[in-house]
Amino acid sequence: MDSKKKNIILESRNLTVGYVKKTGNLIIADTVNFSIEKGELVGLVGANGIGKSTLLRTLTGMQNSLNGEVFLNEKNLKEYSSFQLATQLSVVLTEAPTSKNLSVIEMVSLGRQPYTNWVGSLSEEDKKTIQSALEATETEALANRKCFELSDGQMQRVAIARALAQDTPLIILDEPTTHLDIYHRAYILKLLKKLASETKKTILFSTHEIDLAIQLTDKMLVMAKGETYFDDPCKLIEAGRFDSLFPKETIDFDGKTGRFTIRK
Amino acid sequence: MQTSQTYRFHFLVLFLVLIAVFLVNLSMGSVSIPLDEIFSVFIGNGASKETWRYILMDYRLPKAITAMLAGGGLAISGLLMQTLFRNPLAGPFVLGLSSGASLGVAILILGASAFGGFFGTLLLSQWSLVIASALGSFLVLLAVLAVTFRIKDTMAILIIGLMFGSVTTAVVSVLSYFSNAEQLQQYIFWSFGSLGNQSWQGVFILVICFLAGLLLSIFSSKSLNALLLGENYAKSMGLHIKKTTFIIILATSILAGSITAFVGPIAFVGLAVPHLVRQFYKSSNHLVLMPAVLLCGALLMLVCDTLAQLPFSEFTLPINAITSLVGAPMVIWLLVRKRKLFF
Repeated sequence: MDSKKKNIILESRNLTVGYVKKTGNLIIADTVNFSIEKGELVGLVGANGIGKSTLLRTLTGMQNSLNGEVFLNEKNLKEYSSFQLATQLSVVLTEAPTSKNLSVIEMVSLGRQPYTNWVGSLSEEDKKTIQSALEATETEALANRKCFELSDGQMQRVAIARALAQDTPLIILDEPTTHLDIYHRAYILKLLKKLASETKKTILFSTHEIDLAIQLTDKMLVMAKGETYFDDPCKLIEAGRFDSLFPKETIDFDGKTGRFTIRK
Repeated sequence: MQTSQTYRFHFLVLFLVLIAVFLVNLSMGSVSIPLDEIFSVFIGNGASKETWRYILMDYRLPKAITAMLAGGGLAISGLLMQTLFRNPLAGPFVLGLSSGASLGVAILILGASAFGGFFGTLLLSQWSLVIASALGSFLVLLAVLAVTFRIKDTMAILIIGLMFGSVTTAVVSVLSYFSNAEQLQQYIFWSFGSLGNQSWQGVFILVICFLAGLLLSIFSSKSLNALLLGENYAKSMGLHIKKTTFIIILATSILAGSITAFVGPIAFVGLAVPHLVRQFYKSSNHLVLMPAVLLCGALLMLVCDTLAQLPFSEFTLPINAITSLVGAPMVIWLLVRKRKLFF
């Protein structure tokens, strides 16, 4: 039990996420409990608007929780300074960089910011990390391209390379497969799988690719109405957690194949 | 990220061109002064005509220095604002900064009778002009920023900037309605914009403000680079958004505010120069862009001033008109050629 406890990198205890409004708190999801171990690939799934992004924003410290606690490396997330957090947790967001004029190498280099001096000059070590981030995501050939010249699939790889350059034990991605074709969706998820197993990084991502996530992830976090479940994908299927995700009259989950089928 | 070392040669060439234009600017005007005479004055030997020495040291030299500081400073503040507001259209003029400065100066000049005895010595009046103008632009920027925290749409922010601009203009009109002819004249001459008639004392104050603004800008360059990714990414890399935003705004209002106080509202330099530089420099690193923008801004302003003196004639055109005449076609040309305006 004790050795297992040490391996836990991200833990959520009775977490309630939502927004503070003048009329009272707007609760998006409550009693979210899970503990993610080092080196695990975790997929977060749920219907549109169920609060996946809100949960991720809370886990990355961009938004305060309404109740409950998040522990990163057994330390409360609230006790991290933004600078400390930057060396522990990197993110890949749905938004593209504001400056379309950035080149790929510049964007990836920006990931080194928590480690560089006050003018941001890169040391040899920084350059090595940047190079290996480019290699891991197969984006070396794009290094001198500008962001506005990239396809969605390339852009997503570059965004992941930037997070890798930040060199953190935990990476959180918000819908990294949106706007991609089936090949690139599989490519990105396989890349995440490879990174988790080879570099021992812990990766948490939200996605709508439930069937792909079932095949690839170590654990899944399923957000349903009023409840969230965290377990192995197989156990989640056995417990029928995917069945109630969407209205049954339109789409149905087949536990044997791990796929959704359209009701005709 | 490419460092400024890669571009050292570029900067050297730009710097040499700047010096050449500087000398041409000094020698041209209603009275042309030969180059060797200029050098002779600089070394301390005096010129063959005493009037030349006088024109050079007491009029043209402070004017040329003011032009370079104004051009470079406005261009830098434009660069900072374009990154901060995530908008290629941002600039000291568009976001109402210059109108804010105008309001500050208008309240000072036109409302002077109300405050009474505000104009003491020459130094005090010049400092107070600078402070009023910087305060005015700082307040407008703060107001615009307060809105940015609420509204994420950058187009809305620009429109709000323009609205602030028209409100300040309206207040200035109301103030001028109630002020006497002498004060009004003083204000209107200021609002035409003029690089000339600067005392050495004024130039000294401008240099101090310029250096302060420049230092703050250089200090913010790493944060500015992070902001290119967007606020959320910048935050995730450990950036304190509020602190950074405050420093950047402080830098721009010191730069734009002090420059506007001395030379009046000058359009287009702040908007056009950063875009011009981005066409020629492939880097987005602010440590590369800043020196380039600084040199090009200074260069553009010197050229504009040389044109404004109308060589071989006795007329001098208002500098504001010339920067618009040169700047507006430049921005149009860039847009037509590139079909898009990135930042």
